Formats: sequence, C-alpha cells, structure tokens
Amino acid sequence: MASKRSLRRKKFNKYKDSLKFAFYCCTHPIDGYWDLTHEKRGTMAVANTILFATVLMRILSLKYTSFIFVDINWEETNILLYIGTIVFPLALWVVGNWALTTLADGKGKLGQVYMATCYGMLPYPIVQLFLMIFSNGVTVDEAGFYTTVGTITLVYCAILIIVAMGQIHEYRAGKNLLFTLFSIFAVLVEVFILLLFFSMISQGIAYIVSLVKEMLFRI
Amino acid sequence: MKKKFTKVIALALCTMLFAAVPFGVSAHADNSYTYNYDYWGEFTDSPDAYAVGAVITAADLGIETNFSKPQSVAVFDDIIYVCDTGNNRIVLLERVGETKFKVIKEVTEITGNELNTFNGPTDVAVSEDGNIFVADKGNKRILKLDSNWNYLMQFDKPDDASLADSSDNFDFAPSKIVVDTAERVYCVADNVNKGLIKYENDGTFSGFVGATPVTYNFWDWFWKHFASQEQIEKMANFVPTQYDNLYMDNEGFIYVVTSKPTEEDIKSEAATVVRKLNLLGNDILVRNGSYAIYGDLYMGTGGKKTGPSRFCDITTLYNDIYICLDRNRGRLFGYDDQGHLVFAFGGTGNMDGYFNSAVSIDHIGKDLLVLDENDGAITLFVTTEYGRLIYDAVDQFDLGEYDKAENSWRKVMELNGNYDLAYIGIGRSLLRQKKYEEAMEYFKLKHDAENYSKAFKQYRKQWVEDHIVVIVVVILILFLVPMGIGRLKRVKHEIDTADIFQL
Repeated sequence: MASKRSLRRKKFNKYKDSLKFAFYCCTHPIDGYWDLTHEKRGTMAVANTILFATVLMRILSLKYTSFIFVDINWEETNILLYIGTIVFPLALWVVGNWALTTLADGKGKLGQVYMATCYGMLPYPIVQLFLMIFSNGVTVDEAGFYTTVGTITLVYCAILIIVAMGQIHEYRAGKNLLFTLFSIFAVLVEVFILLLFFSMISQGIAYIVSLVKEMLFRI
Repeated sequence: MKKKFTKVIALALCTMLFAAVPFGVSAHADNSYTYNYDYWGEFTDSPDAYAVGAVITAADLGIETNFSKPQSVAVFDDIIYVCDTGNNRIVLLERVGETKFKVIKEVTEITGNELNTFNGPTDVAVSEDGNIFVADKGNKRILKLDSNWNYLMQFDKPDDASLADSSDNFDFAPSKIVVDTAERVYCVADNVNKGLIKYENDGTFSGFVGATPVTYNFWDWFWKHFASQEQIEKMANFVPTQYDNLYMDNEGFIYVVTSKPTEEDIKSEAATVVRKLNLLGNDILVRNGSYAIYGDLYMGTGGKKTGPSRFCDITTLYNDIYICLDRNRGRLFGYDDQGHLVFAFGGTGNMDGYFNSAVSIDHIGKDLLVLDENDGAITLFVTTEYGRLIYDAVDQFDLGEYDKAENSWRKVMELNGNYDLAYIGIGRSLLRQKKYEEAMEYFKLKHDAENYSKAFKQYRKQWVEDHIVVIVVVILILFLVPMGIGRLKRVKHEIDTADIFQL
C-alpha cells in the first residue's frame, strides 16, 4: 500500500519536474531538447498536456478574444474543424518527419518526435492566454501589438520545433534544416495520399449504397 | 460472425436513412422587395424604405406622343427635365401634388442658332444662373442656352491630340453632363476612356478629369523582365476609365458611375464602380462599410440576369445618401456617407416598382424619380415611414441632436430588427452622449470595430480615472509585498547567522 502511494507520488513528481523542464526548454532549446530524450527528462503526459492546452487555447481564444481581432460567425463555425487545424497538421508532421528521418540516421522514435514537437508548441498557449486577456483592453489603433506578438510566437514555436528535431535526431544544423524542408514536402505528399484515399473510400461507399438500394428495389 | 453481419446491415440501413432525407427541406420564402445585407453578407429582408407613388407616362401627362427611348430625367429647382431622346424633345414637368405632375412645356427647338433642333438629346443640366445646358448627342455638341431656350454658345469636340490620332473617325458623342457653379462643364462622352471631359466656361477644353491612376504592381514589373515584346504590349498597364453617368452634389463633388469593369475586377475590388471626385479628380468616396460599394453582393444567375449590378446613374440626396441605379436587375442601392448600404430595392418586371430598362434617376426632395427607357415611364418613389425615420435619424445626428437621433434609430430598429445601421446609429448617438458602455454594446452586436474602439477608448479612460486609487493600491501591493517578504527573509537570515547568537 505504502509503496503504491509512493510510486504515485514519484510519478507525480516526475510529471511536475518534466513540466518545469518544458519551460526550461523554451529558453534553452539546444540544451533542453537534447536532455529531453537523452536524459529522459520529458514525459508523454506533459506532451499531451501541452497539446491539450494548445487546442484549448485555440478554442477559448475564438470565444474570448475581443471581436476586434477574432470575429467568428458562430452559425457557420465547426469547433472540430478548429481542433483539426492543430491536431491534423501535427499528426502529419510527426509521421512525415519520423518516416523520413528513420531512413536518414535519425535517432528519434515516433513517440519522441511527437513529444519534442509538443514541447516546442508550449509558447503558443501561454502567449495566447495573455493575448486573449490583453485583447479585451485595447482599441483598433493598438492592434499592432496583438498581431506582432502573435506572429512572433508562431515563428518562435517553429524555431523551437526545428531545433528540437535536430536534437532528438542528433543532426547537425545543415542536415536538420534540409530534413525540415523534406518533412514539409512529406506532409504535402501525405495530404495528397489522404485526399486520394478519402475520395476512393467515399466512392466505394457510394457504390455499396447504390448496390444495396438497387437490391432493395428488386426485392 | 453473426454479430459482425448484423453490424454491417445496421450500418447500411443507417446510410440509407441519411440518404433518404431530402436536402431541400427548408422552403425558401419569397424575398422582400426591399432588402439589405448584414455583417456576414447574408441577405436580410427589410421593410420598404420607398413605395411607388406614381408611374407617369406621357399619356398620364396629356402629351400626345409617347416618350420614345428617353435617356435622362433631371431635376433642377423643382423642375423636372425629361430628355425624350427618340422624339428629339425635352419635356419640362412640375410637381403639383404628392403624386401629380403637370407639363410646363415641351421644347423641340431653340432660337438663335441655324441648327435649331435637337438630335437625340441625352441630358440636361441647369447652372446656378439659370442657364440650361443640353447634351445634344446627335448633333455632336453641348448647347448652352438661356432660361428662355435662346442659344448662347456651344461646346464642341475637344481639341485634343489623343482623341484625334487614336481614331480619325472619332465621333464626339456627349451623353451626360453636369455644370458647376462657375458654369464649367463636365461631360461623359461615348468612347472616351480617359475620364470626364472638362470644359472651361468659355468653351475651351481643359483636360480629362477622374481617370483611374495607373498603379504599379511588383509582379508586373517582375514578369516584364522575362516577357517578350509582344507579351509586354499585351500587358500594357493602361487602365481605361469609361464612365456611364455622373451627378454633381450640392457641394460641387461629382459622383460618377461606371458599368464597364469585369465581374472579377468588381468582386476583387480591383475596380471601383462608384467614385466621388473632388476638384482635382481624385476619388474621395468613403468606403467604411462592411462591403465594397458595388450593389448586389451575389452575382449569380437568376431571372435571366447574371453578373454584377451595372450602375447607369446616380443621384445624391441633401444628406449625402447617394442612390445608384442598377440597369442589370432594375434595382436601386442607397448608400450613406460612410459607405454603408442603407437600403436596396427594385427588380425587373412589369409591376409598379419594377423596371424593364431603367436608365436614369434623380430626386425631388427625398422622393426619387426613375426613368425606364423601354416603358417610357417615370416611376415616382415616395418615402415610407421607415424611410423617413432613417432620414430623420441621419439628419438629427448631423445637426447634433443626438438624443433625438437615438430615438429615431430606436424606432427604425423596432421596424427592422435586422438592420445593422440602426444598431450602429444608436451606438454612435450614445457615443456622442458620452454613454460609452452602452454604445460599446451596440457596436459589438454589429461588429463595428472602429466605433467600438472609439467608445472603448473613452470608457477605458473613464474607468482608469474612477478606479485610480484601487489601481495604485494594487500596484503597490504587488511590489511591496514581495519586497517586504524578501526583507523579512533577509533579516531572519541575518539573525540566524549573526555572530552573537552563535555558540
């Protein structure tokens, strides 16, 4: 009994530690992302937490950002689509990056690519939270700050993710950048394949449906 | 295995069920005669701002020959000039009752010139001094006549090299004219694509006004480096400006409309179809509306009509609300001085209030006169209660009677809860009455970020002034508490490590 409790506490401490470490990674990316996998300081739980926070902030900012910046027609809004704008590219990126780097001496595993990418996204939910609150206290004339900070955050996140990839795969800078470009290309290929796949599937379903309909007519 | 099979069957049944639901369930009600667009560009029904007062034909006026292809109706000093182009005459009318009109005279000839008849007159303008100007299109001249229709002078084909050498057989065909207070004449002529022709009052041609400024595009510049000579010629960045009609408002600004741009250019806002020209010919039209000023937002095919609204005439009321006439769908679009769509109504057809080929519009007071070329009829539109309330609200706001304006807008809102302008109008009135918080609410409801910011700025200032004590206290606490704790810790540390307490 006692050991079970201590195990849970240990796990929680590990979680707390790696969450703190995520913040450390934001400010010391090269050092941080190396330790993430090599020193096993990152955890899947924290990666999931960051992803959840990102998605949550994306949705919250739709509703609570001042309408000056984010103007949503709720009658035509699909929340799932907004969740998709984060989860879907993430999934494509992780798979695309992993698939390519495995072929080119990349040391990172699929799970590690996912974890490192999620760690790299951390600035987004934090800055978005502040921007969301901030946006309700400004006028159109002061909108420049909001958009600038928003853009800088995105760029910073991108840099973090690229650096993280380099560290977990043990790539040099040049190779890392090259494979970043390749990964983006891989994402495009994936999109193409998925489109193909879905159109095939929908045609297949349509075929079966019409077949069943036809049969029902005859019976 | 069996379980799986039932699942498949269930799935198939579900699919069929969904497929069986008809898609066009919602029955679409007939759209109202008057309409507007909301912030999202959705078509919204509206009460009528104008109602048909009368449809006036030549027969109603007691004239023997019917109007034949009349091209223009113009109002100056409450006298209505109808250019009966096909009959080479100008008919002067007078409004004698709410919906009653009387012929003052029919003018078919002038005195003082050997060519004393008109040949297809297309427009009339009257100067402040009472001189009458007629665009005598068939005779290739603009006539200047005194108030008794005596010939004074004429304006001929402009003496300009660009008109002469571009085509030798250039026919000067002045179709629409306006005259300013100094009796300078601005003219729209067929096949002139450099803007308006401007004449000084002594008849000399002084240049073109209001051509589209040539813009430079990075990509044009980029591609020119790779293009062949023929390709470069095709890319020639000459933006033709061929206006259809013009109107001079009481401040001397010229409103012009054109129906020439392509659908793509209009949609992408690369071309503007309505402009307000100042003395220099620059476009100073305010475009603060949610949508660009080009009439109907939807250009799809319907009722044998397709493409964008094609504005053929424009008139500006005393309160800077201007109404554009769309000859494509026979509709009228009223915009306010900020570029918001105030109302839109009309259509094609043979009922009163619908047109076959609307060509010209002018106003008499707040009421509108629209001339239909093929019907040879003038339709008089009179304001309804709804329309009058809107105009009252605009006027009261302009006069600075903001509480009254607020009231009028509230009445408008009672009649039309879907009317964005009513909300924004209430908001603007509240803003001027320093009721910032309330104003913000109205602007927020209709997504007016600019006005919302104006109200919010004041509200924020007031809030800070009211809560300055609290703010200072909070800031002090935020700074002092951590500092105090730090100091306490330091003192404690010094005591703990002090020599006298060390044993």
